[in-house]
Amino acid sequence: MAAGGGKIDPMHQFTVQTLWDGFTIGGQQIAFTNSALWMCITVVVLWLFMLGGMRGAAVPGRWQMAVEGATRFIDNMLAANVGPEGKRYVPYVFSLFMFILFANLLGLLPLGVVGVHPFTFTSHFTVTGVLAILSFSIVLIVGFARHGLHFFSLFVPHGTPAWLLPLIPLIEFVSFMVRPFSLALRLFVAMTAGHVLLEVLSGFVINSGNAGLGLGLGVGIPSFLLMIGICALELLVSAIQAYVFALLTSLYINDAVNLH
Amino acid sequence: MDAEAAKLVGAGFAAIGAGMAAIGVGNVFGSFLEGALRNPGAADGQQGRLFIGFAAAELLGLLAFVVAMILIFVA
Repeated sequence: MAAGGGKIDPMHQFTVQTLWDGFTIGGQQIAFTNSALWMCITVVVLWLFMLGGMRGAAVPGRWQMAVEGATRFIDNMLAANVGPEGKRYVPYVFSLFMFILFANLLGLLPLGVVGVHPFTFTSHFTVTGVLAILSFSIVLIVGFARHGLHFFSLFVPHGTPAWLLPLIPLIEFVSFMVRPFSLALRLFVAMTAGHVLLEVLSGFVINSGNAGLGLGLGVGIPSFLLMIGICALELLVSAIQAYVFALLTSLYINDAVNLH
Repeated sequence: MDAEAAKLVGAGFAAIGAGMAAIGVGNVFGSFLEGALRNPGAADGQQGRLFIGFAAAELLGLLAFVVAMILIFVA
């Protein structure tokens, strides 16, 4: 990924490359890109992970415990945030959580050592935006289906003083409409920032190593040690961002199901 | 100052926002830990709220990063 002239371009890793030209619909090319490839890989890995753990043995092995732990985790989250109604949304939130988690983790795999560059598709606003719109439209559909036009009472919290009535609905409306953006932006920026940071640090290591022994030891080694730490932090961030996405989705579903 | 330099200076200033978000996130976790050490029994039940606060504080720092990226690569 080192660009020519000794300068490392930290944004190069996010380039979407076309792997298969595909076909055109209405003048728009529908191609198979590395982004799509890594989405497919994520789905396959997730599928294998679930398949291995869904044997339903009476005495669960380690693998089954891992899968059951993950489902129980999401189950508890929805039970705590939405209540008994939340059980119906477990499949969606679970798929969302596991898909984002696996995507983040697969994107961090150090496969660059063998020449394959993992592509973190969650570092693209288009992908996270679609996931956020999915969550947001579920909130809208469930809200309007369950409460009809009464759903708009979401914008007027209980106990709003009369003199605030012209102001509060406006603020609540803005904060409601900004939800899909904040949801998508958070995941996309967190992943992008982490990968840029890793890339910049690896640029330090490579360039200082090329610059001679003194700089290599003085700058390269500390940068490399820092990189190891940041890698561990990135693993944590991957899990936290997936968790936050699922948590906020369940909170928004709670708004739609129970109003305020 | 020409426009290119102003962009880069602005992107540098956006890093202040990231530092501010670091204070915010530290505050969230610090306060949680303080409360959790006083009443460990109630700590587990508040983990969801902890991460909501974390997400809200972190988002603003990430927005500062977006501002920097827009200044460098888009504007």
